[in-house]
Amino acid sequence: MDTHATNLPDSAEADAHAPGEVEHAHPTWSTYWKVALILTLITVAEVWLYYIPSFVAGRGFIPTLLVLSALKFTIVVMFYMHLKYDHRLFRVLFTGPLMIASLTLLALMFLFGHLYIKIM
Amino acid sequence: MTAPAARIHVAHTSAPAPHHYTTLGLDSRKVAIWAFIGSECMLFVSLISTYLIYKGRSVVGPFPHETWTDPTTGHVLKPILNIPVTSASTFVLLMSSLFMVLALAAVQNKEKPKHSRGDRILGNSKLWLWMTAIAGTTFLGFQAFEFTSFVHEGLTIRTNLFGSSFFTLTGFHGAHVTAGVLWLVTLLAIDYRRGLGSRDSLLVDIAALYWHFVDVIWIVIFTLVYLIK
Amino acid sequence: MATTAISTPAYRGEYSGEQSGLWSWLSTVDHKRIGILYLYTALFFFMFGGVEALILRAQLGAPNQHLVSAEFYNQLFTMHGTTMIFLAIMPLSAAFFNFLIPLQIGARDVAFPRLNAFSYWVYLFGGIFITVPILFAVAPNGGWFGYAPLTTKPYSPGINIDFWVIGLQILGVSSLAAAFNFLTTIINLRAPGMTLMRMPMFTWMAFVVQFLLVLAFPVITIALVFLLFDRFFGTNFYNTVSAGADPLLWQHLFWIFGHPEVYILVLPAFGLVSEVLPTYSRKPLFGYPVMVYSGILIAALGFGVWAHHMFAVGMGPIADTFFGLTTMLIAIPTGVKIFNWIATMAQGAIRYTTSMLFGIGLVGLFTIGGISGIMHSSPPADLQQTDTYFIVAHFHYVLFGGSIMGIFAGIYHYFPKIQGRLMDEKLGKIHFWLTFIAMNLTFFPMHFSGMLGMPRRIYTYDAGQGWDLYNAMSTAGAMIFPIAMLIFIYNFFKSRKSGEIAGSNPWGAGTLEWSIPSPPPDYNFAKIPTVTSRYPLWEGKEVDHESARINSQEGKTAAELGIVMPYNTIKPLLVALGLIIMFCGLMTTPILIAAGAALLVFSLYSWLLSPLEPEHH
Repeated sequence: MDTHATNLPDSAEADAHAPGEVEHAHPTWSTYWKVALILTLITVAEVWLYYIPSFVAGRGFIPTLLVLSALKFTIVVMFYMHLKYDHRLFRVLFTGPLMIASLTLLALMFLFGHLYIKIM
Repeated sequence: MTAPAARIHVAHTSAPAPHHYTTLGLDSRKVAIWAFIGSECMLFVSLISTYLIYKGRSVVGPFPHETWTDPTTGHVLKPILNIPVTSASTFVLLMSSLFMVLALAAVQNKEKPKHSRGDRILGNSKLWLWMTAIAGTTFLGFQAFEFTSFVHEGLTIRTNLFGSSFFTLTGFHGAHVTAGVLWLVTLLAIDYRRGLGSRDSLLVDIAALYWHFVDVIWIVIFTLVYLIK
Repeated sequence: MATTAISTPAYRGEYSGEQSGLWSWLSTVDHKRIGILYLYTALFFFMFGGVEALILRAQLGAPNQHLVSAEFYNQLFTMHGTTMIFLAIMPLSAAFFNFLIPLQIGARDVAFPRLNAFSYWVYLFGGIFITVPILFAVAPNGGWFGYAPLTTKPYSPGINIDFWVIGLQILGVSSLAAAFNFLTTIINLRAPGMTLMRMPMFTWMAFVVQFLLVLAFPVITIALVFLLFDRFFGTNFYNTVSAGADPLLWQHLFWIFGHPEVYILVLPAFGLVSEVLPTYSRKPLFGYPVMVYSGILIAALGFGVWAHHMFAVGMGPIADTFFGLTTMLIAIPTGVKIFNWIATMAQGAIRYTTSMLFGIGLVGLFTIGGISGIMHSSPPADLQQTDTYFIVAHFHYVLFGGSIMGIFAGIYHYFPKIQGRLMDEKLGKIHFWLTFIAMNLTFFPMHFSGMLGMPRRIYTYDAGQGWDLYNAMSTAGAMIFPIAMLIFIYNFFKSRKSGEIAGSNPWGAGTLEWSIPSPPPDYNFAKIPTVTSRYPLWEGKEVDHESARINSQEGKTAAELGIVMPYNTIKPLLVALGLIIMFCGLMTTPILIAAGAALLVFSLYSWLLSPLEPEHH
């Protein structure tokens, strides 16, 4: 965590000129539409899988959907919310709470009997 | 890690107002919105957990994925979730995220020369803000349609555990979308009044972060509530 | 009234013409003034909650008494808990967050000064909202953790619980807004050189607490929304009778919030004591990095122990084992803190000031509460202790012996910085010893009455069960508190007016807040200092001499120094007012909801579209 402090700007004056340096280097139209296409394709795949009864009845259905959903989640966060390109502080601020939230969800699923641990 | 060029972009959107020194060289509003988004994770996890805990535990129908026969009247109630309609609304919300990033890019590059018609369309911040707001409103329209048709089919927030947890979860999400649309309309008003330029990038950036987060929550809801039986 | 500039607090208008009068307090955005507002308001609620406790103890002083009815007794213990937690200890901590965080990290204000004012006004209005009903005997009566389904409409048909549900929702808004603000402030407004590992320990613990707030409060918000919907709109979240709802849902959601809440209450006090002990021992805090990491560890583990409040409901061996183990694990970082405080004092040149006494009091008394806590981390032992006075003894040692002792240590330590004058040490020491005796006489016997099987929350009991003596002792102890508090209040106001002039650093402390005048000017630091160590004022060769010299100057206005200050504004108060009117409308008429919403939206837009401060040239 203490690495945050390494990005100290030299002075307030240094900041003053930062907005001037408009640089067209961030992900552009070509990245954005490709991301949108991938997201759409994954969504189509999800809905398609939903309509295959044999797959829905199998063991792979729920894990597959969860993985696809997590994939979409990650793509939006990384590219559209540009966490991939942004200050790492934001990654800490997001993934920390996200992990605590996910673990809480998981714990509640165990506690209410929706998930089990098998003991011999 | 990241390419040097990408860093410049970041410094640009997150830089604080000129005379304000900040420790990380970031604008405080952006730090705050990320903390807020982290907090919202816990909010939605509480809602989603409750939905999942109560899944399959309603004592009367209608149910989301199964048919239910009322033992007293013999009425047969079909599974209530409408996957085709919701898939369409999910697609609309996904597209709204695309429009949103284009709006942000347009504001960031406002002062750059536009050489072609394509450049001018991509650089039109009002167009993309409008598109995002319209997509968001369309999503809300789908939700209103879904809610009213559910009520017609006999599912209200009082009917059973599914009704209570479903309407509350998706209603909370809808309220977030509504707040987002209002935020976008406010940005549009500013754009019409004085024009959004690259110095306003941060205003659009934090709105975009919120908007995408609401989209991301829907991605989770769509899978956990609608697709998984 | 003193007339010299040096002896009159800055917030009363010595430095700038617009900084005086009632309006200046209503429209202030200065973190120091908001901190003072928090301090006074929270002290008021602390005494209000104390009076409730006195009535409870008077009722229980002897068997078969009927001083209050069973129904009113329920309202009293519910409001005692709710008041002390949400209206006294949390806002007392918030008072210190407000006053100290910007001063300790070398900033001119918090990241969002107007949001800060908003947090305070929401807290004040919410506090009034939830407190007033008890004056009309319609106060919430479901216990401070309001277990549903007990609190649902069929079992609690009156409006009592409505006040509680809505009141806590309002207070949650205040806590969350403040948490985002302080989180951003600590991340982003540290002076140059103030790395995370140079931050004063109070700011560190405050930092950890903001994370806890940000993550814990959304959960109670949702749990309360469910209860609100159940009560107002007939949903089924806690409808166990006809809809098949799970009676444990509320308990789980509540304690996912409730356990981190315990650390929200106690970590700020730990932080204050970590400032107090080194100062009066004339030694740096022992094991600073370990103190930081143990604070973080306590907070992180704090999210994985909630179900230890629920061992009695029968969650099964796996859950019991898991939550028992994680609870025991938390004892490790907590124990580390205790040992580090002791090591800080060891071989130090200790000065037994009032503040130091309260600090040492925390170390001793919190340890007792911590150890009884470990006792019921074991599920079988907990089954004997849960819902008895043993638990009441435990959490009062933690919250009174921990939080309140730490907060008093902080008040005596920082009073000179806040008011510019020293508190009377002699009265202070009487206050400490009376509090210390009262605290132990009240709460220690509860261990015994609890072990003998006396349940919590009964309004009276029969003689001959072996509880009489212990209850009489507890009641006798409780009656000493008001004497101690009166001495404190007298000392507080007398010292505020005519105490000895403090100077910038009366205790010879080492952190940044002591490098500026007492009370600090509205801009805090004339020149933002550059920090090179953890105790900049102690490590002489590393002091940033230039800024220290400039900052110790008194009497300059912000305008003279060319410092841009935020405008005062009433808008945060109006937004808070709109919010409260909306919630009041929920209990009365939709017209009020519309009126409140209109006021809220209008003043919010007006706030967001108006500049924070004058345009910088």
